[in-house]
Amino acid sequence: MSAVLDVSDFSVEFRTRSGIVRALDRVAFTVRRGETMALVGESGSGKSVTAYALLGLLDAAGRITRGRAVLEGVDLTAASPSELARIRGKRAAMIFQNPRAALNPIRPIGQQIADVLRRHAGLSRRDAMAGAIDMLKQVGIPDPARRASAYPFELSGGMCQRVMIAIAVATRPALLIADEPTTGLDVTTQAVVMDIVAKLAAETGMATILITHDLALAAERSARIAVMHAGHIVEDAATKTLLANPRHPYTRRLLAATPTAAGSLAALRSIPGNLPDLRRDDLPPCRFAARCDRRLPGCDAKLVWRTIEPAHRIACWNPA
Amino acid sequence: MRGVLWRLAGSLPALVAVIVVTFVLTRVLPGDTATYFAGPTASAESIAQIRAALGLDRPLPEQFWSYVQALMRGDLGMSLTTGQPVLVDLVNRLPASAELTLVGLLIAMGIAIPLGVLAAVKQGSLADHLCRVIVTAGVSLPVFFTGLLLVYVFYYLLGWAPAPVGRLDAFATAPNFVTGFYLIDAAIARDWETWQSAAAQIILPACTLGLFALAPIARITRASMLAVLGAEFIRTARASGLSSRTIILTYALRNALLPVVTTLGMVFSFLLGANVLVEKVFAWPGIGSYAVEALIASDGAPVQGFVLTMAILYVVLNLTIDLVNRALDPRARHS
Amino acid sequence: MSSSTLRHARHVVSENPVTGLALLLFAFFVGAAILGPSLAPYDPLASNTMRALQPPSALHWFGTDQIGRDIFSRVLVAARLDLGIAAASVALVFAMGGFAGLASGFFGGWVDMLVGRIADTIMAFPLFVLAMAIVAALGNTVPNIVLATAIINFPLYVRVARAETVQRREAGFVDAARIAGHRDMGVLLRQVGPNIMPIMVVQMSLTMGYAILNAAGLSFIGLGVRAPTPEWGIMVAEGAAFIVSGEWWVALFPGATLMTAVFCFNLLGDGVRDIVDPRRRT
Repeated sequence: MSAVLDVSDFSVEFRTRSGIVRALDRVAFTVRRGETMALVGESGSGKSVTAYALLGLLDAAGRITRGRAVLEGVDLTAASPSELARIRGKRAAMIFQNPRAALNPIRPIGQQIADVLRRHAGLSRRDAMAGAIDMLKQVGIPDPARRASAYPFELSGGMCQRVMIAIAVATRPALLIADEPTTGLDVTTQAVVMDIVAKLAAETGMATILITHDLALAAERSARIAVMHAGHIVEDAATKTLLANPRHPYTRRLLAATPTAAGSLAALRSIPGNLPDLRRDDLPPCRFAARCDRRLPGCDAKLVWRTIEPAHRIACWNPA
Repeated sequence: MRGVLWRLAGSLPALVAVIVVTFVLTRVLPGDTATYFAGPTASAESIAQIRAALGLDRPLPEQFWSYVQALMRGDLGMSLTTGQPVLVDLVNRLPASAELTLVGLLIAMGIAIPLGVLAAVKQGSLADHLCRVIVTAGVSLPVFFTGLLLVYVFYYLLGWAPAPVGRLDAFATAPNFVTGFYLIDAAIARDWETWQSAAAQIILPACTLGLFALAPIARITRASMLAVLGAEFIRTARASGLSSRTIILTYALRNALLPVVTTLGMVFSFLLGANVLVEKVFAWPGIGSYAVEALIASDGAPVQGFVLTMAILYVVLNLTIDLVNRALDPRARHS
Repeated sequence: MSSSTLRHARHVVSENPVTGLALLLFAFFVGAAILGPSLAPYDPLASNTMRALQPPSALHWFGTDQIGRDIFSRVLVAARLDLGIAAASVALVFAMGGFAGLASGFFGGWVDMLVGRIADTIMAFPLFVLAMAIVAALGNTVPNIVLATAIINFPLYVRVARAETVQRREAGFVDAARIAGHRDMGVLLRQVGPNIMPIMVVQMSLTMGYAILNAAGLSFIGLGVRAPTPEWGIMVAEGAAFIVSGEWWVALFPGATLMTAVFCFNLLGDGVRDIVDPRRRT
């Protein structure tokens, strides 16, 4: 399988009043065609920043300081804002949590899908609307022709998330980034929404990055998991490997805190210590060191990423 | 449709309140109407006679009822100054005020909304700073004084504007009555000379009003645009790669306009008041200057008629704003 | 005022030098209002037809009007009346609206409804027109201008005081006071009152400029203060006739002074809001 997205050495900083926040440090991963990769971590670990930075959606304070992110042969870090706007929604799309708020409240949902089709597929008004109705059908919205003129407030949260998905995949993007797509939805709706994403990915060969703090969801829905901690990817492996044989101390703690792999935000919080203050000038090379029980003197010198087995990378000198 | 009717019914309390207050202001409070009518030299006896003739000796509820009945008939009394029924005077003069206010509002919106949008989209830019200055300075302008300043600069110093003598210069005649708005009526009659005269006359007073309304509209546009630009659905639109034109105009501005439309109610409250002052400065023959003349002549009925007209107008404007809001916001239609 | 508030105030002023300028202007206007009559170089009412409509000169800084009165003296002396009317009306509406809003938020029920109805009724009118009507009905006097200006601001004060009170009531310490055996009125005035004071002070400073404008506007159309009393609104009205013939100074100086005063109070209001309630900054 070929790589849809290849991220390497990717770093992002935010300039704030209280100093420079080193939000991402040398992040690297690859997502292949049809593959679902999960980015897992506590809130503040840099999962969403990664997605936003890739798509050029950082606010003015944030900027990419180094690295490359190649999407189907195009380096996103070198693309101009207008080139990025052409890529966003066409070759790489994104869905968000809290779907009702993420939709324009006073525009009919069909229109919102049609807007994307008109922009990226260059369709006429009429064809775009026909395409929008077809998309609504594909994401399983009953009576799509009539529902196309509905407003978000008239739909349930699950329905709104289907609309979001329809907007995102309308142009058959090569990459879909789903940022906590099931947060705020009830359990059955969560499953339905994830099934729709999986079905569309299977049909079109779309690669998916699933951003979540929910380890159980990641375990169930992704082929690979990358664990983030304080702006570093600390471990990246096939889901089975990661669950069966975690090597990074942080991953182990995550899993230990969630014995049945039914991880949750509350469980992640039960790991002692806090994320380090990323504004510090003297950030330790390994940002987990302060919380780590396997710390060695060498940990304070340099952080390296090592491939310990095929397709299993960790950022640790002293893996378990 | 039922919602619209419901909203119509909803403005009834305001209307009733307006009528009651107008009644109270004219009958109950000091400044006795009979003494007023009898004149300063009248004896106590003649005052009592007039009092009886006006029905002022009857109980208040009864007086209120006859007041309401008179209103229903459109009887607002006679103006002592013009010798005409007040209703006739008001109907004749209302289009002048309405045209002035609307042109002023259009000027204000035409400048304030793009400025507010620009200030929000490009924070810290020149437009943003300009917007701040206008917002703070604009609310500090005494509208009668800015009017005079404009007259001095554009009429006396530069000679660009005509003398502030009303709706038309001395050589033009009013176009045939269709809407009462000279700019529209002259255009209908294809009488471009009159149109030009009317436009030249209205530009300064309308700009005065516009300057006054600029500040609140620009402030609310900027604030609501900023709020909307930070909303999650704008992030979705950006993530979908929509053009910035679509994002700003179709997605952000349409949403941002909802609070702007709502605020127009407050703007109208100020605008109708400012209208009185501007009409006085520019000798504009509207209902505001009519009321001011009546005030100076201690002519009660026109003042009452004016207050009532303004209040009803305001109720109607608020109703219109509500209906526009319903048209723009699907959520308002369904609640 | 605690030392941290003071520090914050100093921070606000230093961050926004315009607020400092406004403070300077404020001191200037208050000085004029207090000392004006004794500082005025001429009697503001003394006419001198020999020197009518003189442009500004070393002798008459702001020139003279149509009957030769010294405009500078008149503008200076008028400060007391203009600012006095505005201050009195703001104080009055603070008392009326503050108490009504407090009671409305505290007791709820029919008190809330009654106060709400009154506020709604006032809001049903264009405010300046209502002020005109009140002064016209009650009589053409300065106290009535004060009252009218207070009444049209009433709904605003009620809304702010009510919202703050409801918030405090829900915060629970009122219940604590009640349980401790304090009677309702006492709780209302002693416990809730002081708590909503800062926000009411902000409100007062924000409406002061509008009150000045409103009073001057009423005088401009011949309501309230009467000629020959020196007052900015009337002076602009008197000067209006001379604008078209080029004697700009008759209207300009009182008008510009009025504008500066309103501007100063608006800036100050923003400054006070930034100090007391930084969240509402826009």
